[in-house]
Amino acid sequence: MKNLKKTTKVDLATYIGVTVAFLIMYALQTGGHLTSSISGQLVPICCFIVMAVSLNLVVGISGELSLGHAGFMSVGAFGGIIAAQSLAETIPSTPLRLVVALAVGALCAVVVGFVVGVPVLRLRGDYLAIVTLAFGQIIKDLINCLLVGYDSHGLHIMFNISGLKSINDLHLEETGKAIIKGAQGAVGVTKISSFPAGFILVMLTLVIVLNLIRSRTGRAIMAIRDNRIAAESVGLNITKYKLMAFVISAALAGAAGALYGLNYGSLVASRFDFNTSILVLVYVVLGGLGNIWGSIIATVVLYMLPEALRQFSDYRMLVYAIVLILVMLATNNDQLKALLGKIIPHRKEAAGNE
Amino acid sequence: MVFFTYLISGISLGSVYAIIALGYTMVYGIAKMLNFAHGDVIMVGGYVCYIALNSLGLPAVLAVLLSMLACTVLGVVIEGLAYRPLRQAGSLAVLITAIGVSYFLQNAAQLIWGATPKNFISVVHFNLPAGLMRLGLSSEALITVLVCIIIMAVLTAFVNHSKLGKAMRACSEDKGAAQLMGINVNRTISMTFAIGSALAAIAGVLLCSSYPVLQPTTGSMPGIKAFTAAVFGGIGSIPGAFIGGLLLGIIESLAKAYISTTLANSIVFAVLIVILLVKPTGLLGKYAPEKV
Amino acid sequence: MKKLTKTMIAFVVVMTMLVSMCTVFASAAEEEGTFKIGGIGPLTGAAAIYGNAAMNGVQIAVDEINALGGIQFEFNPQDDTGVAETSVNAYNALKDWGVQAIVGTVTTAPCISVSAEAYSDRIFMLTPSASSTDVIADKDNMYQVCFTDPNQGIASADYMAENYPDAQIAVIYKNDDAYSQGIRDTFVSEAQAKELTVVYEGTFTEDTQTDFSVQVAAAQDAGADMVFLPIYYTPASVILTQANAIGYEPTFFGVDGMDGILSVENFDASLAEGVMLLTPFSADAEDERTQNFVKTYNDLYGETPNQFAADGYDAMYTIYQALQEAGCTADMSAEEICEALIGVMPTITVDGLTGQGMTWSDTGEVSKAPMAVVIKDGVYVLPETAEE
Repeated sequence: MKNLKKTTKVDLATYIGVTVAFLIMYALQTGGHLTSSISGQLVPICCFIVMAVSLNLVVGISGELSLGHAGFMSVGAFGGIIAAQSLAETIPSTPLRLVVALAVGALCAVVVGFVVGVPVLRLRGDYLAIVTLAFGQIIKDLINCLLVGYDSHGLHIMFNISGLKSINDLHLEETGKAIIKGAQGAVGVTKISSFPAGFILVMLTLVIVLNLIRSRTGRAIMAIRDNRIAAESVGLNITKYKLMAFVISAALAGAAGALYGLNYGSLVASRFDFNTSILVLVYVVLGGLGNIWGSIIATVVLYMLPEALRQFSDYRMLVYAIVLILVMLATNNDQLKALLGKIIPHRKEAAGNE
Repeated sequence: MVFFTYLISGISLGSVYAIIALGYTMVYGIAKMLNFAHGDVIMVGGYVCYIALNSLGLPAVLAVLLSMLACTVLGVVIEGLAYRPLRQAGSLAVLITAIGVSYFLQNAAQLIWGATPKNFISVVHFNLPAGLMRLGLSSEALITVLVCIIIMAVLTAFVNHSKLGKAMRACSEDKGAAQLMGINVNRTISMTFAIGSALAAIAGVLLCSSYPVLQPTTGSMPGIKAFTAAVFGGIGSIPGAFIGGLLLGIIESLAKAYISTTLANSIVFAVLIVILLVKPTGLLGKYAPEKV
Repeated sequence: MKKLTKTMIAFVVVMTMLVSMCTVFASAAEEEGTFKIGGIGPLTGAAAIYGNAAMNGVQIAVDEINALGGIQFEFNPQDDTGVAETSVNAYNALKDWGVQAIVGTVTTAPCISVSAEAYSDRIFMLTPSASSTDVIADKDNMYQVCFTDPNQGIASADYMAENYPDAQIAVIYKNDDAYSQGIRDTFVSEAQAKELTVVYEGTFTEDTQTDFSVQVAAAQDAGADMVFLPIYYTPASVILTQANAIGYEPTFFGVDGMDGILSVENFDASLAEGVMLLTPFSADAEDERTQNFVKTYNDLYGETPNQFAADGYDAMYTIYQALQEAGCTADMSAEEICEALIGVMPTITVDGLTGQGMTWSDTGEVSKAPMAVVIKDGVYVLPETAEE
């Protein structure tokens, strides 16, 4: 172990940590030792871990502030729901159908990610941020116009731009099934997501993202983040690398969305609004930019926090806001950090370890 | 004929966006931070004015002044408690803190004033000639546009010619250098927040006068739209915020009327994207060398 | 890196302590012989007004019933911020608490998700206000106190066809809201069937619900003399204000979401003069029970209850009556109670604030008579009396 690189050790620890955490939680869950409250949060936590890790790829590694990450989750969620619902008879095996749904969700998000990424990545800084926000809103509005049904003739998709059409205009057969009813969202979704599936998706995400970061491509992406001009002058193709990070991140968000969408009986597009994008960004920033396992822990803690605060009833979200501000202050203010450093004894850091 | 009605409704909506965007752009230009809590300061301004009018029975002018005072204090306190400790930290940390402040204000407002919407009675008390009314022009809209132009003119003069304005520009240019020249950066930024929040109070009162529903979430969507407007015009630029706000309102209104009410928001954002692709720093972003 | 690591660890330790403390709190003491009723609704966020009203209504009913002696209830309202995922989380928290029946979920999309869970867990649910047919579809444990959306759309179109056959109708609705879209869809198809003329349809969304001047101007331009508003009263009050500002005076026609418009604090009731609405509840009704309810609500929460509060109140009394009918006792499990209630629900008749003689079909749909009222001098009156 001694001669391993430090980054490799951290990565290994991340994989092992996540696996151990999963095994413990899974054992507790199957043994019935978990409260329903916690066991109900396992799948969404997995989804949001994937969201946070994938957003970290864009914000932390590639250095671009994206405020529309929930848009990709949305595309993936509805794509996955359409796939899972319409293939219900063709693929009777639930795990297989879930895999197909996740793949379809990721694929949809890749397409959208590409469409969004090509223009967006020409911009920089806050201008890029606002355009991703804009795309997130547009995606939400477009999905609100979507009418999808399924019957023996296959899928029926209609775009309700005027706002005057309804699910009846699809003229589905008697046996047909409405999958997405415009703004009313997806209803009657069969719940097929499971905690092991969530775990596998998290592991897959970690493998993809960590390997990307540690590869030549990852170094190129980080070089562009640190100094765009220098990177360009050594011959790196900026657009290609930025787009790569962006699209991979979108794909993972799409898969997370599909898993999320198939975990609930209903889903509306407004769930994936600006606030959800911000929520994921909070996980990323709190966990530390570029710090993958930090994102994981921040997601778990912050996701469970509002639930844990339930006994504060009316004051729940207020306390959440205060905790958020205090934690940001505590982790980012030098004086407070120094104070914390005094409480927790220092270990001498080797030079160049930073 | 009906086109003018749509245009006018767009201008009145746009002028509200413009006032909010002015506050956004001031704070951004100098503190270089996206103050996502700005929209919620607007909401607080609306509530304070509402209380002053209805519970304290103050006349409209006093109520607006009181609301400006309250928001100024609130802005300075927020800056001092939540943003100042993070001056050295990355911009994202500040962004997240601002979001925390935004959650805090919304939830505090719900606890204090309840979730039930309140109907805000307009502070504007005169009627326009019937001919203008029929065109869809309301006295609130007229006042909003006028106030907006006045604020823009005063702000521009203030930033360009007053001593504090110079200090603000210096901070915006280079904080370190400004400090070396003997400018108190912290105080300058505090002042910027004070001015931005006072503007937010005015915006809140005018917003609620035109669109009379007051609830804890009142400020959030106009806040985002105004943020968009500020970027549209070139964030940091005062005339840019004004033009951006107006254009945004007009596009939204015409899109609703002639294309699709459902997609009106999307069309606004799509236009924004196209503009930014053509001019990556917004409409006036480049033409304002004295970015504030 | 190291520094950050430490801060993170410290942070995690603190949070874990916090969380573990919370779980200790959550398993609160139990009382003997008391039914545990859970409530789910948006108590914070943009939809908080509906959730709070409904939960307050339930609380009043619980207090009244407990004061009677006999069956006792403990009521635990949980916040779902109007989001399906949080709603399921709230539901799970209630399960941990040992809930025996649920009043909720208040809003439609979360209700569909929660009822799917409750269906497989066999917990009885009665929603005060989630009105989509998807809420009760294929679930035998799910009942509604409110009308279903199609029911309201059809009733409105029928009422107009009968009383205003020549009306030029404009519809303004919120098309990212299941409730509004659902009513509009059935209204328009029924209006076609009844040969009513719809001259304009305008939509808005959550993000654009502050300004309606374009929709109002377009409706006026299209020559509409009747504007159908299948929306909640908050945006409706803005529409009324803005129509008044440009001197446009059609007849406005609302559904149950419109109820509450008069209770908006400081709302100029003269703007709502002549507004018609189909509503099962009126805070101005003169029967003693409604008046008592309105008074208690006012004393406790300082405002006039809207239809959500009344639905919540009725939901609680319905559960009370059904439990008595089925002979349930507090020591029964949630599953036993669920099966027992499913058995009696189609047989009982409940007199509530939102309707006399409410009955239920075994699909979970309520049957009660909607009442058309007109606002005159700031109060609801029957259309006939308004003519005089």
